[in-house]
Amino acid sequence: MTHPSAHAPATDRGAEPTDWVLALGTPGHEQTVAMRQLHGLLVRAAAHQVWRMRSLVDGCSPERVDEIANGAADVAMTTLLGKLHTFEGHSRFTTWAYKFALLQAASDVRQQAWRRQEVRLRDLDPSDLQLPDRRPGGPEQEAEALDLASAMARAMHECLTAYQRQIAVALLVDEVPIDVLAARLGTTRGALYKTVHVARTRLRAELTAMGYLDEPRATGAAAGQHTTDPAPEQP
Amino acid sequence: MTTPEFSTALERLLLEDGPYLSCEECFERLDVYVESRLAGGPAQPDLEAHLRACPACAEDVASLTALLRDPPQG
Repeated sequence: MTHPSAHAPATDRGAEPTDWVLALGTPGHEQTVAMRQLHGLLVRAAAHQVWRMRSLVDGCSPERVDEIANGAADVAMTTLLGKLHTFEGHSRFTTWAYKFALLQAASDVRQQAWRRQEVRLRDLDPSDLQLPDRRPGGPEQEAEALDLASAMARAMHECLTAYQRQIAVALLVDEVPIDVLAARLGTTRGALYKTVHVARTRLRAELTAMGYLDEPRATGAAAGQHTTDPAPEQP
Repeated sequence: MTTPEFSTALERLLLEDGPYLSCEECFERLDVYVESRLAGGPAQPDLEAHLRACPACAEDVASLTALLRDPPQG
């Protein structure tokens, strides 16, 4: 099946505005045309994203791609117009606009893919850090890996709050998509990422102190990063 | 002792994700970053560390890159 192009009416095509922000922000015919062109652009970007993730889409027909893409484009358009004043021209307007559609479409596909799957916060189970059946190295490396897994389990219980542990398990062990988890918990992607960042920082610091990890290299970009937590995350 | 190099939950828990950079900031920089990289611009270590640690943001970058390389007709 070839890549389906989401359809946009003929009136959406033709020359794009030379100044999108001006065209979109000035009431009148030009604004109406620019709005249609923008929506068409977002639909096509959203369709691109849905197609990329088609293995997650039930019954991935061109019609289904269109349906998801149009829904995502509608939401993306609202979000974009609310942030139109933030466009600074450091990239092409179309590139800037595309990202709103891609983000929304990707999130929508993930939400739909997980809609029938229960997501529950749980604590670490000893089997979570089991090693894969096939791994490199001999018995000595296997013993080291098992020792590290055991140390990790201890560190998770000693260094993390229950919430941090649950979020780390959900995102990094169960691999629940971050936006799916955020929606289920009524929080944001950013808040969850902050939580898992803090968790990783603490775990690396603890395992380094215990001698299981090498000391981090002191580069300009990395200096100080391992000991400074960002502002407290919720809850 | 270095971390064993195989992809597991353990590796994801220990992944080096650089100085804190939020998903929101990553999104803000996404368009400029992708255009720059496609034009041969420099790496951005802080952003790229976030992308290694955040599959959702990494997908956004990969998708935008693919889209700019092969824009939809219209």
